[in-house]
Amino acid sequence: MASRARQWTDQNVEDWIGNLLRVGVTLAVAVVLLGGGIYLARHGREAPQYHVFRGEPTDLRTISGIVKEALAFQGRGLIQLGLLLLIATPVARVAFSVAAFAIERDWLYVVVTLIVLAVLVYSLTGWHL
Amino acid sequence: MNIIEFTLLVGASGLLAGFVGSLTGLGGGIIITPLLTLALGVDIRYAVGAALVSVIATSSGAAAAYVREGFSNIRIGMFLEIATALGAVGGAMLAARISTGSISIIFGLVLFYSAYASSHPGHERVGDCRPDPLATRLKMNGSYPTPYGPKAYCPQAVPTGFSLMFGAGILSGLLGIGSGAVKVIAMDQAMGLPFKVSTTTSNFMIGVTAAASAGLYLARGYIDPGLAMPVMLGVVAGSLAGARVLPYAKTRWLRLGFGLVIAVMAIEMIYHGLTGRL
Repeated sequence: MASRARQWTDQNVEDWIGNLLRVGVTLAVAVVLLGGGIYLARHGREAPQYHVFRGEPTDLRTISGIVKEALAFQGRGLIQLGLLLLIATPVARVAFSVAAFAIERDWLYVVVTLIVLAVLVYSLTGWHL
Repeated sequence: MNIIEFTLLVGASGLLAGFVGSLTGLGGGIIITPLLTLALGVDIRYAVGAALVSVIATSSGAAAAYVREGFSNIRIGMFLEIATALGAVGGAMLAARISTGSISIIFGLVLFYSAYASSHPGHERVGDCRPDPLATRLKMNGSYPTPYGPKAYCPQAVPTGFSLMFGAGILSGLLGIGSGAVKVIAMDQAMGLPFKVSTTTSNFMIGVTAAASAGLYLARGYIDPGLAMPVMLGVVAGSLAGARVLPYAKTRWLRLGFGLVIAVMAIEMIYHGLTGRL
């Protein structure tokens, strides 16, 4: 009986994680497509310059800068926002797993997942907020 | 060549990389970077940035499908992610300190290793397995679907797998790849998991590992929207197609063929790194 209950919740958690990943990627793809369309319409006839590394301008490197550019409906800013959403998807998945393991009262894996989440949050915000 | 043509070419490369990367569990990042640098002449830092984004897309896109089929083991994945996420942060810090030539050479060596690993799979275990005490305490034992009903497996050598995963994380952060090869080796060879459980759990973990170094890549200006856009879109489409084909795929021939192609890419990357042409 107990093992059946655990199996059922495990299946539930897996469904939720699957949905979360799907929604995250779909949203990211939609925003990148929109930004890509605008970018190609405006710059499509120019020559690509990727053989020399210059680095991105500050506005396309920081979360606040990217949001600003995206709200101004800049193609490159919107693409970058979509990529941010894509990066956020696994982070959200880990955050969701913390809650899911807590509901299952699996405290060992709540701690394991919290450690992973801490590393992710630190690396995503530690250098450029 | 204008930006529209370039975008289409990069998108087609992404499609191919996503498809093959998802089928083999090695990730699209390891194919897209050589394609961008060797065939299209893109600077390796831009290529690595776009690859890292594509890696997250491959992982999330394919994992969404795998999770439901019951191949991947979330507990094993989450526990090992402690090692890969920490390694990825270290690797991304290291990437800022070494030359692009060295990155290219290390990339080539990792490609070689992947080529070898993907063409020398571990044998599938038959019969019952003996549960390992540590793996049992970590609730890692599980089962996966086969045409003849669910089949049980019990992971072994957790500390070895954990150490290998730390190395996989460092390579991931350094080279902008998912390090699927090392992850699959850690689970398939060291921990004795069935191949499909290893590849899908690896696919599942790769996105988290890549996200751990993506923040630093973004802050450093490696992620260019014009390049990452077609790479990401192509890879998402390719990896979704790959996930659909996987249950019917002959993984043995796939891995042999894939091994040959990346061995050639490896030689090119090392040659270009040594001659300083990247």
